[in-house]
Amino acid sequence: MRLKNLFKAAIISIAKNKMRSLLTMLGIIIGVGAVIVMVAIGQGAKSQVESQINSLGTNLVIIYPGAARTGGVSMGAGSFTRLTLDDVDFVKKNAVTVTGVSPVIRTGAQLIGGIGNWSSAVYGVSPDYLQIRAWDLSSGDFFTDTDVRTRNKICVIGQTIAKNLFPDQDPVGQQMRIRNVPFKIIGVLTEKGQNANGQDQDDIVLAPYTTVQYRLSGFRFIGQILCSALSAKTIPQTEEELASLMRQSHKIQPGEDDDFTIRNQTDIAEAAQSTTDVLTTLLASIAGISLIVGGIGIMNIMLVSVTERTREIGIRMAIGARGSDILTQFLVEATLLSLGGGIIGILIGIGTTKIVNDVYGWSTSLSVFTMLVSFGFSGLVGIFFGFYPARKAASLNPIDALHFE
Amino acid sequence: MGTIIQTKNLIKDYHTGDITVRALKGINLDISKGEFVAIMGASGSGKSTLMNILGCLDVPSGGDYFIDLVHVNNLNKKELADIRNQKIGFVFQGFNLLSRTTALENVEMPLLYNRSVHYPDPAKLAIEALAKVGLGDRVHHHPNQLSGGQQQRVAIARSLINNPSVILADEPTGNLDTKTSIEVLSIFQELNDQGITVLLITHEHDIAYYAKRIIEMRDGLILKDYLVDKRKNAVGDLDNFKVEEIKSL
Repeated sequence: MRLKNLFKAAIISIAKNKMRSLLTMLGIIIGVGAVIVMVAIGQGAKSQVESQINSLGTNLVIIYPGAARTGGVSMGAGSFTRLTLDDVDFVKKNAVTVTGVSPVIRTGAQLIGGIGNWSSAVYGVSPDYLQIRAWDLSSGDFFTDTDVRTRNKICVIGQTIAKNLFPDQDPVGQQMRIRNVPFKIIGVLTEKGQNANGQDQDDIVLAPYTTVQYRLSGFRFIGQILCSALSAKTIPQTEEELASLMRQSHKIQPGEDDDFTIRNQTDIAEAAQSTTDVLTTLLASIAGISLIVGGIGIMNIMLVSVTERTREIGIRMAIGARGSDILTQFLVEATLLSLGGGIIGILIGIGTTKIVNDVYGWSTSLSVFTMLVSFGFSGLVGIFFGFYPARKAASLNPIDALHFE
Repeated sequence: MGTIIQTKNLIKDYHTGDITVRALKGINLDISKGEFVAIMGASGSGKSTLMNILGCLDVPSGGDYFIDLVHVNNLNKKELADIRNQKIGFVFQGFNLLSRTTALENVEMPLLYNRSVHYPDPAKLAIEALAKVGLGDRVHHHPNQLSGGQQQRVAIARSLINNPSVILADEPTGNLDTKTSIEVLSIFQELNDQGITVLLITHEHDIAYYAKRIIEMRDGLILKDYLVDKRKNAVGDLDNFKVEEIKSL
């Protein structure tokens, strides 16, 4: 039988029982819709995490102080701080695969200035810091190597501090006391938002690391050294070079373990992404199960339909339909039902995703690939679950079918 | 005249549990092209079983059946379907039209299942077949919009469409009143006059006498096989019917 007639016959019989067809499709509609919404939410979360990871900086490679080893017992990363400014200078002087190096000395401090006081974190960094973290100034200037050498009492503040201490005025040029040491604000950073851990990255004061070390914290050791590789591709080379430079700087003999840890942005990104990936897969598979349940619904209705239409099958067989013709007819019907459900499900999925996005403000990312896959899958569900009823119809005995009441 | 239907010692057994019932006990039949045969018998005579086998809806348990020189015994399900499609036109007591499907679509359906010939315009042939049975103006009607007689005529048009070797009519007038029955029989007589072989199965003598030859069956065997002397003419009877109707007014 020609395709056109097959589709026509299938549509006629679907239209015959509109309510029943709709209810049959509902399982597939919900399944496909759920898959699309869940994946959109998962992908949205993933891309949010990605952008947060990217906001860490460009081609970032971080050197952490290593784990101390006492009699063979590792005390864990950072348990023994052994990064010094000498390391920073050594790396900066010798590394050829980095575009910037900055130590990070972090200390908490009470800020007094503008309209009140504020507790925040003060970071001692080098002038390379902005480039490494891909950050910009919204106004003012950043400090220079001269300021670092002279331990100048100047600082750059983040948006959160600007908003809280200087809501109605330009902070640039204002005085601010950090732990009662007067600093001059020379610039304000652009807004960076939350990081992957939900911390406000704009609640920050940047100052020359020498100033922080000698005037505020007094620590000899530094928390981490940030470096930026030439490009994303050269990150592995940069890691290798930094490792060997650090071993030289720390005079580590061959065979001895590193007393530092080097990590890059990709490691951090992978860790965060694997979490969201697990989440997305979990959500999508729950939604996928409802697709299969929908398929069982189709099988159920098709079985009823075969029984109801036994006489029709008999007539068709009497006038010359082969078993395969009957099989195809019922398969086309089941597949049309499930594909119809698939299309409606995609539309509802897109609508729901938009609602989730607009009303709840969740970031979502609709994927055409997911739509195609779930559409294709719904078609397969139709064929798979339609096959048994269709076979049952095709194997009917024409005489019995004709005399079925 | 070529032989259209030939059976040799045709046997059919039905098994119900341990009991075997022999419905056909050796039927020998020869029907040639252009004949109009009525197979008669009471219920239980085996005429329906014979009809199912002749219609290739069922296979015999023993003996041989040839239709148009094709030995049916050896055919598989697919080939039986193709024989039904191309060599046999069915007309049933209960019309057996597809509901929610127009007269045209019902009539053209056998063409759509035909695998050996591709018909470029099945609708045109269907309209012609419907015109032949006097339903040229009911082409797009659904079965539930047609009277019983009209539905049976749609079924006859459907049986004709594939130019079958034989039309098998199983109690075609069983659900119709006398006048409509005669109308339907007039169509069969007209088709037979055009050279189409018709095999009519009935249990009514009145109906059987519109055929040219009568085969009477009893208990799975052919009891009598004779030519009709005083054959009834459906067109003439229809005229008489109308005269009587006018008189009774």
